[in-house]
Amino acid sequence: MRRLLFILPVLVFVGIVVYFATPLLRGIDPSVIPSPLIDKPVPAFALPPLPGYPKGLSSADLKGQVQIVNIFASWCVPCRAEAPALMALKKMNIPIQGIDQKDKPADALEYLKELGDPYVSIGADLDRKVSIDWGAYGAPETFIVDANGRIRFKQAAPITQDDIDNTIVPLINRLRTEK
Amino acid sequence: MIPELGQFALVLAAVVALMQSTVPLVGAAQGNSRWMSLGSHAAVGQCLLILLAFAILAYEHIVSDFTVENVFQNSFAAMPLLYKITGVWGNHEGSMLLWVMILSIYGMLIALFGNNLPRGLKARVLAVQGMIGLGFLAFILATSDPFNRLIDPPADGQGLNPLLQDPGLAFHPPFLYLGYVGFSVAFSFAVAALIEGRVDPAWARWVRPWTLVAWSALTLGVAMGSWWAYYTLGWGGWWGWDPVENASLMPWLAGTALLHSAIVVEKRDALKSWTILLAILTFSLSLIGTFLVRSGLTTSVHSFALDPRRGIFVLGLLIAATGGALILYAIRAPSLKIGGLFQPISREGGLVLNNLILTTMCATVFIGTLFPTFMSAMGKTISVGPPYFNFCCQVLTPFLAIGLGVGAMLPWKRADLPGVLSRLKFAAAISVVVAIAVYYLHNGGPVLAIPAMMLAVWLVASAVTEIAERIRLFAIPFSHSMARAVSLPRAAWGMTLAHAGLGIAIAGMTGTALWTQERIQAMAPGESVELAGYQVQLKSVGPVEGPNYDAERATFIVTDTGHYVATLSAERRVVHPQETSVTNIGIRTNFFADIYAVVGESDPGKPGAYVTRLYYHPLVPWIWVGSVIMVLGGIVSLTDRRLRIGAPLRRLANIPEALPAE
Repeated sequence: MRRLLFILPVLVFVGIVVYFATPLLRGIDPSVIPSPLIDKPVPAFALPPLPGYPKGLSSADLKGQVQIVNIFASWCVPCRAEAPALMALKKMNIPIQGIDQKDKPADALEYLKELGDPYVSIGADLDRKVSIDWGAYGAPETFIVDANGRIRFKQAAPITQDDIDNTIVPLINRLRTEK
Repeated sequence: MIPELGQFALVLAAVVALMQSTVPLVGAAQGNSRWMSLGSHAAVGQCLLILLAFAILAYEHIVSDFTVENVFQNSFAAMPLLYKITGVWGNHEGSMLLWVMILSIYGMLIALFGNNLPRGLKARVLAVQGMIGLGFLAFILATSDPFNRLIDPPADGQGLNPLLQDPGLAFHPPFLYLGYVGFSVAFSFAVAALIEGRVDPAWARWVRPWTLVAWSALTLGVAMGSWWAYYTLGWGGWWGWDPVENASLMPWLAGTALLHSAIVVEKRDALKSWTILLAILTFSLSLIGTFLVRSGLTTSVHSFALDPRRGIFVLGLLIAATGGALILYAIRAPSLKIGGLFQPISREGGLVLNNLILTTMCATVFIGTLFPTFMSAMGKTISVGPPYFNFCCQVLTPFLAIGLGVGAMLPWKRADLPGVLSRLKFAAAISVVVAIAVYYLHNGGPVLAIPAMMLAVWLVASAVTEIAERIRLFAIPFSHSMARAVSLPRAAWGMTLAHAGLGIAIAGMTGTALWTQERIQAMAPGESVELAGYQVQLKSVGPVEGPNYDAERATFIVTDTGHYVATLSAERRVVHPQETSVTNIGIRTNFFADIYAVVGESDPGKPGAYVTRLYYHPLVPWIWVGSVIMVLGGIVSLTDRRLRIGAPLRRLANIPEALPAE
């Protein structure tokens, strides 16, 4: 009986390890943190355009159809990495709205010229206030917003072709059939 | 060439650590004294090699050698020299190197100053230290090489994270690690004792000073971290129950418990297997702290390493160290002899209560910190925020504080509780009177402030009562009391200081938690607001240029009914080359309260105005004053003659080694 008491610590430890190691070993990426904004309406905002663009971006633009919202910046290296994937989405006629986070407008224009402009319209979030309302920790972050203007998906990492094929396109197709 | 030398030193250190972790163990089992003494040589050699590697990395940072990836990623030619140096550990690779460096320094100190230890115990302790060192050296070499080179060296570096460019945070990691890693000594002693199957008062006398060193350093490290959070993050708080903060609190709570239970082993030869278990758990919690920060499993300002591979490696080390030690514990601990018996109402009983409360606190913090993280990693979200932690601590702290005042007065073995309580009635009366007086001086506030202040005063008053009784103050002539005070063991003074320090810190926590005043508004230059009886005027806002930042500086003038009190300047800086914005806070302290000013962005709704946040924080400096007093208590206790000389040990060392119990 007394011996059992001494075995208890190691048993508890094994239990904790099994519980904690499971998500790690299953390969669940801890950087995917569920957003508390999922299924909530997009935050109300109105951002000015980048210089030379006709219009900026506001929450009113995110109603009526299923759209992607992508937060990017010219200083962000992973954003460069995901730029081709965004261009591929544009070719599939999926509308993407951009939020340019904490950027110098001139740098942003240079960036878009260099890597292509996949965005329908871009809001210049120079002081990062709107990005914070979206719960963004950094860039790039990608959201899918349904026709009612509710956030349905968030990814806090660069989009890959794999994400497009297995997550984004199936979800958008499903949301498009939703009423 | 030089960085390669550093890498080579690390590889060599790993080889030496491998020898250190095996040869002395075999030597101790077979009674081969040469093999046993290899442990000391290896510990010294390992330490010198790691010191060399660390010196090389520091040199690379100082000369800004951007061919080294680590320097490129974390340094910047125009950065002040101080931050070039502290930048060495302001990143994942460098901080892991700092970790093993401190570990190896502890190993070397055991080797050099452990001559009066029984040889077998010393060999085994060093072997366990060697194993830990080997594990972490392998981790560095396999996943976090600080000497990695860049093929195409860039002209300038990316700069150190601006948040880390601060004296408070720059010296926070070394102290934190001095604490975390210091508990490895207690761990190694515990494992060695389990291998030997023997724990005696001499063992505890050896473990105590090391635990005290680690505890003092960790207390200072945690305090510095919270001080940094208070004066740089700009949200007006000092403890956010952030997972990384909790990761440093857990080993502190367990280590505090260990410190107290080791006294019982030393003085009364009781609580042995519990103390061993605590030593294992304390170091395991330190490893978990390392794991939490290094694996990137938690999202917080501190987590600059986001690499699951590293997480799995550290998790493996954690499983090997904790799992191995606990299995050994399950096998060997039942055969440890049960020592002195005691009544529930006794000093031992008081220390058991202390241990129960501290480990309960530790467990609640552990559950609150780790489970939500892992729940969300598995796709579920539960939220455990500051309310949970605050609630648990508010429930448990009163028991701890009341028990502490009474427990410190109890004699060993059995005590007369009513007698002790009647000796404490003066302390109790003072705490009631002072708490109520403070409450009225503060013009009210939450009623909770009265019991909370009572606890704080009680801790100080009972600590003073205890020492006053010992020196028989007022009972005998004053000069005799002073003579007694001088000849009192330093450990007794250390205890009084630490306990009183805790009281002062609790007063600070209470003051800032319950009486803080906050004003958030848009202010144009020239406007003033009222804050806790002061008039705070925004005088001007203008651009300033720093060595590696541009800033907007707001100047506030604080007056009290027309009399000038202070000028505060708060800045919003954009640090180059990362272009990250950092707030610099204006604080004016008079030791009893802080006025705290933060300037935000310009307000779009009000031309020429800026968003400003002003706080009045009563008693907040006491949190750190109290912590420093606790650390002083630890240091004073360390200078105790008993711990310095270890006189009984030398006699023990000459006895032929006792056989293991089984």
